[in-house]
Amino acid sequence: MMQADTDPQALKQTGPRRSVGDLLRSGWVFWGGLFVVTWALSTYAFDIYKLLDARWIVRFPAAWQPDFEGAISGFMDWLLEDASLFGIQFREMTRAVAAMIEAPYDVVIGVLVEGLVIGQGRDAVQLLPPLSWVAVVVSVVALGHYTKSWALATLTGACFIYLAIFGQWESAMVTLSSVLIAVPLAAGGGLLLGIGAYRVRWIDLAMRPILDLMQTVPVFAYLVPILFMFGFGPVSALVATVIYAMPPMIRVTIVALRGVPEELAELGRMVGCTPRQQMWKVLVPSAKPTIMVGVNQVIMLSLNMVIIASMIGAGGLGYDVLTALRRLDIGGGIEAGIAIVVLAIALDRLSQEYATRTVTRIAAQSQGGFLRRHRWSLSILAVIALTYLGGIIWPWIQSYPASAEISTSAFWTRAMEYINVTYFDTLDAIKTVILQWFMLPVRKFFTGIPWAWGLIAVTLIGLRVGGWRLGLLVFCLAGLIILAGLWTPAMMTVYLCGVSVAIASTIGIPLGIFAAGNPTSNRVVGAFIDTLQTLPSFVYLIPVVMLFRVGDFSAMIAIVAYALAPAVRYAAHGIRNIDPQIVEAGIVSGCTQGQLMRRIKLPMIVPELLLGLNQTIMLALSMLVITALVGTRDLGQDVYIALTKADTGQGIVVGLAVAFIAIIADRILAASAHRMRRRLGMEQ
Amino acid sequence: MTQSSILLECRDLWKIYGHAPETFLKAHGGAPRAEDLRAAQMIGAVQAANVQIARGEIFVIMGLSGSGKSTLVRCLSRLIQPTAGELIFDGEEILGKTDKQLIEIRRKRMGMVFQHFALLPHLTVLQNAAFPLEVQGMDRATREARAREVIELVGLKGRENYYPAQLSGGQQQRVGIARSLAVEPDLWFLDEPFSALDPLIRREMQDEFLRLQGMLKKTIVFITHDFDEAIRLADRIAVMHDGRIVQIATPEELVLNPADDYVAEFTRYIPRAKVLTLGAIMRPGAAAEDAAGELSVRDRIETVADRIERADGPFNLRDDAGALIGHVRRQEVIDVLVGRSIGA
Ligand SMILES: Nc1ncnc2c1ncn2[C@@H]1O[C@H](COP(=O)(O)OP(=O)(O)OP(=O)(O)O)[C@@H](O)[C@H]1O
Ligand SMILES: [Mg+2]
Repeated sequence: MMQADTDPQALKQTGPRRSVGDLLRSGWVFWGGLFVVTWALSTYAFDIYKLLDARWIVRFPAAWQPDFEGAISGFMDWLLEDASLFGIQFREMTRAVAAMIEAPYDVVIGVLVEGLVIGQGRDAVQLLPPLSWVAVVVSVVALGHYTKSWALATLTGACFIYLAIFGQWESAMVTLSSVLIAVPLAAGGGLLLGIGAYRVRWIDLAMRPILDLMQTVPVFAYLVPILFMFGFGPVSALVATVIYAMPPMIRVTIVALRGVPEELAELGRMVGCTPRQQMWKVLVPSAKPTIMVGVNQVIMLSLNMVIIASMIGAGGLGYDVLTALRRLDIGGGIEAGIAIVVLAIALDRLSQEYATRTVTRIAAQSQGGFLRRHRWSLSILAVIALTYLGGIIWPWIQSYPASAEISTSAFWTRAMEYINVTYFDTLDAIKTVILQWFMLPVRKFFTGIPWAWGLIAVTLIGLRVGGWRLGLLVFCLAGLIILAGLWTPAMMTVYLCGVSVAIASTIGIPLGIFAAGNPTSNRVVGAFIDTLQTLPSFVYLIPVVMLFRVGDFSAMIAIVAYALAPAVRYAAHGIRNIDPQIVEAGIVSGCTQGQLMRRIKLPMIVPELLLGLNQTIMLALSMLVITALVGTRDLGQDVYIALTKADTGQGIVVGLAVAFIAIIADRILAASAHRMRRRLGMEQ
Repeated sequence: MTQSSILLECRDLWKIYGHAPETFLKAHGGAPRAEDLRAAQMIGAVQAANVQIARGEIFVIMGLSGSGKSTLVRCLSRLIQPTAGELIFDGEEILGKTDKQLIEIRRKRMGMVFQHFALLPHLTVLQNAAFPLEVQGMDRATREARAREVIELVGLKGRENYYPAQLSGGQQQRVGIARSLAVEPDLWFLDEPFSALDPLIRREMQDEFLRLQGMLKKTIVFITHDFDEAIRLADRIAVMHDGRIVQIATPEELVLNPADDYVAEFTRYIPRAKVLTLGAIMRPGAAAEDAAGELSVRDRIETVADRIERADGPFNLRDDAGALIGHVRRQEVIDVLVGRSIGA
């Protein structure tokens, strides 16, 4: 009796007459048949082409391809040369935007890096030095204490002292400057757009697909047009960073505002708030804790962008990593990479703790007279003044003396060499085995699929899991990729992404289930995952390239490391959210631990796992483009090439192709998860 | 109850949730039955409500969870737009008012206390209490002075600079009450203000509430699902069931003449002595023998039972006008106390 209630097979049986057997059988027939046909065509397509002498079977004929790239390039040229709105030239608008960003950036750079300088080039005279390293360290220590505690103050202080001692100060300050400009712009813009979407229905409706697309378009795709509009330099980098970091802020703002308890909104109306008062005095302050989570994300994403941004003109740590990677300078790359991580940790902890400040602390801080309330800001001002004066007499106060800097570069180089020499055979064996037995066969399978069948197959899958609408959408998107002549690189992308996602899930899901098991494992795994997510994506590349050199294998490992987190998170979340009564019912009916897991928990969390898979795929795709740097041969590489050639048309077309793959995967998985939930009776 | 003594009145008020409720309501001639609603998958949160609330009275709305109490009060305060009906506040129809006019009415004339306090987490006690005044654009010194007054009134003096998270539930609700009183509203809505509190604190807050009302004499609409609370506080009680008001009466009438089984079920386990007044059990005319004393017909049995039970003779009863109209003996009081069915 109990068995019947808890057995997920039985739960699936919601339709009146269809038996479990029927469903399974038809499912097997569909998926099995699809696989067999695809495999056969993938293996023999080349032979068929030889046999029939029909080359179009394996290659989409160039004559059928419309010139998307040329059209887009032409459009961009027109935009920049001739377009105007209300009599203002488009070019002038971009100049205005650039000026608006550049002015505050110059100020921050002046304060942190260059000092107050008058004149240009050789005649430049420095009137005031930049903030001394002592002053900056004291400021972040004060900020840490103000936000939380001496412990946090010590951590942030240590991070910044690290930057000084290990010779990364100036680059780090350049990076910090761009973060200081990008974060307010992205957070403020995201907040306003989020509010707009919350208040006005059509803004919400219009923005939703754009946000979806933004989440899936790789950064590289819009680097090219930005480069085209704003030229190579920090402004382009800032614009790209802001665009990259804003969408999550918009989403978080909308969620936060919707999450404000209905009672508080009613209170606002009951005391007679105008719509504006309602928003700024009631809703936004009440939603502030959640909104601050968004700000934290914006900070992390801006740091994530520093290396990519350096490709279009940002200086600082990102630039150091990039040049090191290009020169294969192991030590330098790791050194600068660690500095980014250190900076990320300091800013992450600070912003997170600020978001979760307890009221007792806020209350304590708002007490007392002017001096007491502002003791930290006053002491910082004092320190700045003192270090300025002191710096004139003792230069080491102004800037950390180069003679006392420690370079770890040589150490890293030697360490890596040691590992490479000592473990070369082992590493190489691992790499060869995985490549030979797993990655290459999968690659052969995907790249062998003839485009026509590929189009039919994804359409069939769309039709099956999501009905004719999804089928049509998938057909159009895949068709566009084919029309653009990108089928083969697209399949390379699917292969690399698929392999990485498979491995990430194989590692991540058991890890998540383990984490959900008990509080200790949860803490350990949680900390591990948090760390993985805090690291900017590029950081994964450095050691991997050092150990495995360039190629698909390195790319795969970097992607797995980057995309692991959602697999773990969703699995853990799914297990924790299973209705305890269902598990108890299983225990009562005498399931062993193994049976509980296999027969009850796993089937119950499948929808959750699919959502995790979805996120993993999105992260994998965004990382994929970055791995182009280590010599993959997929769409990512095409985007990268377009970027180096500043070829707008190619950049956008290829970028959209990646986005389309992401959308296809996203919609198909979301539809499957939805179907599954309905079958499990979790959703109407 | 004369016409002018009525502060708030609603006539045939409906609130229906679902797809195109107005059309649905019209299609059923403005009075769909429960079956119609069910068939169309509509929720009739408030159905055909008629309420008149007199100045200075405590009007309690009572009913089980989901019976539509909150929805009714939110219609009365125009926080949500009713699907149909009339709503008259101080002689004026207010359903047709513009948002601007409504803001004005709410700012000056209505106050509301919420079940979960609805305190703004980022403001101190003082700032929370002053919030309605701040919204009106009052200058800081004036509004804080006024806020201090109401904070003192609810007994929170000394905690002005605390944040809501630093207060207990009872204290938080005191802030909620202080805030709603800051604008000196004519009409005071309280939506299950004490439900989220422990029984002991709840009792204390009820006393506090009665004390405040004794001083302020507001017109009050009070929601509760607790009949004990209702009879302690109410002048009149409206009982709601599945969106309909099934009876509006004084606590005593509810107990003596429940309109239907639902109301009877509510009142069944309530000790009669708590609800009934001496008037309900008196015998007409003055007592034949020497009276032990005089009482009012309006006294609740519970409050005077001890005196009557210990005295030797009967008590004569006078009505509000002071006329001697009846008497009670010890036996009748004991009958009520032990729960024997009363002869009335
Ligand atoms: N926004 C809404 N949309 C749809 N149905 C609603 C909405 N608000 C309330 N309802 C429904 O209206 C009915 C009455 O709800 P209401 O909140 O007024 O009940 P209540 O008597 O206040 O209950 P409680 O004691 O739980 O607060 C319920 O069936 C509820 O589901
Ligand atoms: Mg309610």
